[in-house]
Amino acid sequence: MTATKRPRRKPPLGIVTRPGSSLRNKTGPWGILRPVFDWEKCTGCDTCESICPEGCIRHLKKKQYEADVEFCKGCGLCAAACPADAITMQEERR
Amino acid sequence: MRKMIESSRAVAEAVALCRPDVISAYPITPQTHIVEELSQIVADGECDAEYVRVESEHSAASVCLGAVAAGSRAYSATTSQGLMLMAEVLFNIAGMRLPMVITGVNRALSAPLSIWNDQQDTMAVRDSGWLQLYAENSQEVLDMHIQAYRIAEDDRVLLPVMVCMDGFVLTHTYETVDMPTQEEVDAFLPRYDPLYKLDPEDPYTLGAYAGPEIYQEIRYELQRDALAAKAVVKEVAQDFQAAFGRWMGDVVEPYRCEDAEVIFVALGTVVGTLKEWADLRRQQGDKVGVLKLRCFRPFPLEELRQSLARAKQVVVLEKAVSVGAYGIVAAEIRSVLYRQPGAPPVSCAITGLGGRDIVFATLDEALARARAGETDFFAGLRTELLEAS
Repeated sequence: MTATKRPRRKPPLGIVTRPGSSLRNKTGPWGILRPVFDWEKCTGCDTCESICPEGCIRHLKKKQYEADVEFCKGCGLCAAACPADAITMQEERR
Repeated sequence: MRKMIESSRAVAEAVALCRPDVISAYPITPQTHIVEELSQIVADGECDAEYVRVESEHSAASVCLGAVAAGSRAYSATTSQGLMLMAEVLFNIAGMRLPMVITGVNRALSAPLSIWNDQQDTMAVRDSGWLQLYAENSQEVLDMHIQAYRIAEDDRVLLPVMVCMDGFVLTHTYETVDMPTQEEVDAFLPRYDPLYKLDPEDPYTLGAYAGPEIYQEIRYELQRDALAAKAVVKEVAQDFQAAFGRWMGDVVEPYRCEDAEVIFVALGTVVGTLKEWADLRRQQGDKVGVLKLRCFRPFPLEELRQSLARAKQVVVLEKAVSVGAYGIVAAEIRSVLYRQPGAPPVSCAITGLGGRDIVFATLDEALARARAGETDFFAGLRTELLEAS
C-alpha cells in the first residue's frame, strides 16, 4: 500500500534562490545611459560613490572612479549630485 | 469507528488525524464549526499543532505559507469573502510550490451579502495553481482531506490542495461516518518530508524575483505538474481504498451513465440530489445519468471526454457563473468535446446561487429546457420578481 520509494525530484525551476543572487543577477543591461567622468573637473570628493544606489561606483585612486557597467542601471544620480559637474550621462550603444 | 457527527466535526477530526504542525484560520460562516472544533481539539491536547490566531484570512494564509516554507504541515479553512481576501497569498503558495491543504467551504460572494451556499468563491480562484477537489457527502469530505495531504506533498505534485465542501448543505449536516484511527492514518500518510525548507543553517530565498528570461519556464513547470497531478490523484484514491477499504472515486465518478442518453454533470452535494432524481426519472423512462466532477483542478479532460462521448445530451449544473460569459464548468466541458465526432450538445443550467434550493422541479426544468435546445440559462429563476422590477 505504502508508495514505493522513488528518488526525489529536483526543486521546481526558479523557486529556490541561493544567497548572492544580487551579484549573479547583472542589472547593467537595464539601462541605456552610462556615467562619463571628466577627470579635469573631478575633485575626488566621493559624492558619486556614496550616492550610487547600486553601489557600483568604486574609488580607484585620487580623482579616479569607475562605474561597474555590469550593474550600473544608468539612473544618473551620480551626475546630478556631482558638485563639480564632472559627470555626464551618455547613451551607451550596444 | 462509525459515528454520527456533523460534517464540520468530521473534517476537524480528519485534519487532526493528519497531524498538522501549524493551523491558522479566521472564523467565517459557514466554515466556523471546522475551526472551532479544531481549536478545541488542539486546546484539549489531542492534536500537537500550533494554532495561530490571526486578524484576517490574508494573515491566516500567510502564516500557513511561512509554516510550509519552514518544513511544516499546515492547514487552514475559509469561505467566500475570506477566500477572496486570501487570494493574493493563494497564488503565492501555489507559485512557491508549497504543499498544504485548505478547506474551501463554498458560499456565495458579496454583493449582495449572502452567507448561503453556491460555488462562486472557489471557482473564482480556480486559476491560482491550487488543485481543487469537490466533496459530495460527509464521508467523502473526511476522506478527501487525508488524501489531499498525500497528493499535495507528493514530489511529482508539490502543489496545495483545496478541498471544497458546500456551506451548510454539507458543513452543518450530520451523517454517519467511518472515522479512521490514528494508526491507520499514520500508515497512509507519512510525516511531511519537505524537498526544501527555510533553514538558518542553509539560507535561501523562496519565490524571489524572476525576470522575463525565466518566469515563463517557471509557470510552464507549474502547469505541467498540475496536469500531471491527475495521475497522483488517481493513485492516491487507489492507495486509499487499499488502506481503508473505501472507494471514493478518483477524478470523475459516473452514476448510471452506461446507457444514459442525458448526462448531468455537477460538483459537490447537488450530485446526491441528482442521483435521487435520476432514479426517479428512470422509473418514468428517461435514461438519465449523473457524472460527478470530483477533481476540478487538474481538469480531467480524457475522463470527461470518455464519460460523455456516448450521451445524446449533456447538462452542466452550475452554482457559479463567469459573469459576462457563461457557466464556468460548461465552457470547459464544451472545450473538452470540441471536434469530437458525434459529441453531444452541452447545455448549461446555472442554479442554486446564494442558497437557492435545487429541488427536483429545478432539475425537471433544466432537462426540459436542454431538450428544447436551450444552451445557456438560469434554472429555478423567480421570473415574477424580474417582471416586477
